[in-house]
Amino acid sequence: MSSPCRRSASLAVLAVLALAACDREEREPRGAPVGESGPGAIAQGTLYAGEPSPPDPRRQEYEGNAYHLAQGKQLYVWFNCGTCHANGGGDIGPPLMDDSWIYGDSLENIFATIVQGRPNGMPSFRNKIPETQIWEIAAYVRSMSGQTPTAASPGRNDSLNAKPAEQRTPKAEPKQSTPGGPQVEGRQ
Amino acid sequence: MDVTRVRRTGAVFALALALPAAAPAHAQDAAPAKAVPAASASPPDDGEWAMPAKNYASTRYSELDEINTGTVRDLQVAFTFSTGVDRGQEAAPLVVGNTMYIVTPYPNRLFALDLTQPGAPLKWTFDPKPAASAQGVACCDYVNRGVAFADGRVFMNTLDGQTIAVEAGTGREVWRTKLGDINKGETITMAPLVVKGKVLVGNSGGEFGVRGWLTALDAGTGKIVWKAYNTGPDSDVLIGADYKPFYDKEKGKDLGVTTWPPNAWEIGGGTVWGWISYDPELDLIYHGTANPGPWNPEQRPGDNKWTGGIFARNPDSGQARWFYQVVPHDLYDHDAINELILLDLPVNGTMRKTVVRPERNGYVYVLDRATGEVLSADPYANINSSTGVDLKTGELAMVEAKAPKMGKVVRDICPTAPGSKDWNPSSFSPRTGLLYIPHMNLCMDWQSAEANYIAGTPYIGAEVRMFAGPGGHRGELSAWDPVKRAKAWSVKEDFPLWSGTLSTAGDLVFYGTMEGWFKALDARTGEELWRFKTGSGIIGQPIAYRGPDGREYVAVLSGVGGWAGAVVVGNLDPRDATAAKGFVNAVADLKDKTTKGGTLYVFALPSKR
Ligand code: HEC
Repeated sequence: MSSPCRRSASLAVLAVLALAACDREEREPRGAPVGESGPGAIAQGTLYAGEPSPPDPRRQEYEGNAYHLAQGKQLYVWFNCGTCHANGGGDIGPPLMDDSWIYGDSLENIFATIVQGRPNGMPSFRNKIPETQIWEIAAYVRSMSGQTPTAASPGRNDSLNAKPAEQRTPKAEPKQSTPGGPQVEGRQ
Repeated sequence: MDVTRVRRTGAVFALALALPAAAPAHAQDAAPAKAVPAASASPPDDGEWAMPAKNYASTRYSELDEINTGTVRDLQVAFTFSTGVDRGQEAAPLVVGNTMYIVTPYPNRLFALDLTQPGAPLKWTFDPKPAASAQGVACCDYVNRGVAFADGRVFMNTLDGQTIAVEAGTGREVWRTKLGDINKGETITMAPLVVKGKVLVGNSGGEFGVRGWLTALDAGTGKIVWKAYNTGPDSDVLIGADYKPFYDKEKGKDLGVTTWPPNAWEIGGGTVWGWISYDPELDLIYHGTANPGPWNPEQRPGDNKWTGGIFARNPDSGQARWFYQVVPHDLYDHDAINELILLDLPVNGTMRKTVVRPERNGYVYVLDRATGEVLSADPYANINSSTGVDLKTGELAMVEAKAPKMGKVVRDICPTAPGSKDWNPSSFSPRTGLLYIPHMNLCMDWQSAEANYIAGTPYIGAEVRMFAGPGGHRGELSAWDPVKRAKAWSVKEDFPLWSGTLSTAGDLVFYGTMEGWFKALDARTGEELWRFKTGSGIIGQPIAYRGPDGREYVAVLSGVGGWAGAVVVGNLDPRDATAAKGFVNAVADLKDKTTKGGTLYVFALPSKR
């Protein structure tokens, strides 16, 4: 009886729910330190308490690599990102090629957005896309506004050629200041 | 068929032809040369506006004439009201008794305003609290096209797929029924219609691979009385013994299955997010069915029944009477959901009961509303993707060179995916016999790609970019004579028209532009007589009503958005020509002309003291 409870307790997110039904004397082991508990714990604001955490080493690995970015571009189409965000200009979802970011522009922020989904209609792709591929997509999303090294960014389009390829997209200075931001009332 | 009327009109028509000089003497009863609204569907005006289309014939015509060609120049703002939501305001306000009802885009708040008090203060607010994630599965802004009033209740739909009945006097919820599943991409944006104690509601989501349906809910309880799907086996489509289509192409067993690749009908679209009309005399409702999914036509060889067409159904059972597929195997996202205006008009000298439909593909269709026979189909806009409709077979002749092909960019297709006109409804004036059609003049480039079905994400398979059509103007208001089958006059607009029109007995036509102008034209000549600049672009449906003080008022919601205004409400990036499925490319300059808004404007003539 106690073993399913223990197993579920180790799955951090389910723990709260599962514990309620388990032995009340059982103690939850402490979770992993905040900085290490994965993209789920990524800050979405620019205001830090204390010193900001060091950047994730994967930034260099994915953002500076032409192969990963090219893969990301293809996966962006295969997982229907483009059906909601077009080729970066936006549609149902906000533009990804401009300088406005509601939920953060860092690689980790974008990773988290894809995995978790966002309240005003961004679906969660949790367990739908393998983690490595999500990093590739996230890095590609950064290339859409010129955040990745030009040498690594995709240089051609497969589509209607609706906009210049990422390599020729001028770098936008990301601003976490989308008017309204995430609101209960909806994305404004 | 009304034999006496047919005979009489036939006689007068012949007379008018033979003796044009005698016209003045017969001017009053020379009515047969003009179209008239179906009598049973357009009762005398009571000064209210209880459904978005004004009446079951969907004329959007007011018999009030205090505001007219002579007085309109003095028209001024009587009061305004901020909806607090700055997304596309497509709804028509309703006025019943001394109260005005308005519904906002998501989060679909419903407001009741007390018209007896100065400034029309808020009587109550109803907040249905729909799920926020629904915003992600609304293809083209999270709009709502209006509510319906019947028997002391207001019936509304929410973006997340619910229909709710609210007590009109108090704003108290009476019942709510969950009809759509946002995880499949289903939303509801259409205005319900109440017919014989049933609330008719259809789904949206044709860009998400949903399966389209129309359902009837018991107005008293919210229980489903019937539900008709627009794809799948006959038993689901409610095709049975009553079904008698005019054309052979609409006949056969389970065409909603056999005109698709295996199982493709399950995610084949054919939603009902547009307008429904009702003929009490024939006891038939009329509704359109939207585009098949995905947009990429090569993924769904076949006619894709019953998408892209018009159904006549029995309102009590939902059983289909006839169907006409306007666009078999749709190539261009041409939803057939536009307004359906019930008019009686002479065709070759014989009075016919017709349903008139300015279609997305650029033709005004006139169909016999008893049988579904196409009586005429004439272009009202610039078309190069089809050459016309064969009136014997009802078949639309397509231009092969403009058909989308995988791996190829097909250039300069006219009209575009939203069509020569989209959902925004025309109005019909029995005084002029003209239909006032708000429409567009755009063309597009199209590249098909393999669409990938992932539930809850769009299922499209095409990249599109749109641009202004010949002449450079992007919008147009055309006054169309359905008897002469020709334009009486038309007015060009810089931006696409995405607002409805209202016509009145004051011989005026009202409509709004995406820059925010609210205009009144002379219904006979098209001459502009008055204009007012509202706070944001207008994509709503203007109405006219008699206030508790006996005066005539005209009301419209201002607030740009919808597919056409996505560039503004979503702050989209025009550097990407495919943003908002290519519409942004055609209206990239809209951001320089207007901003978001959500305000009701009500106009009246200065009160005499
Ligand atoms: C069904 C439509 C839909 C699909 C599919 C979709 N998105 Fe989104 N996306 C949205 C919406 C809507 C938002 C805004 C959510 C909000 O404001 O809460 C969003 C937000 C985002 C953001 C945050 C932008 C910011 O300013 O912070 C990113 C990044 C993003 N999406 C990337 C992706 C990627 C990558 C994919 C494919 C794996 C994807 N989206 C698929 C609708 C979609």
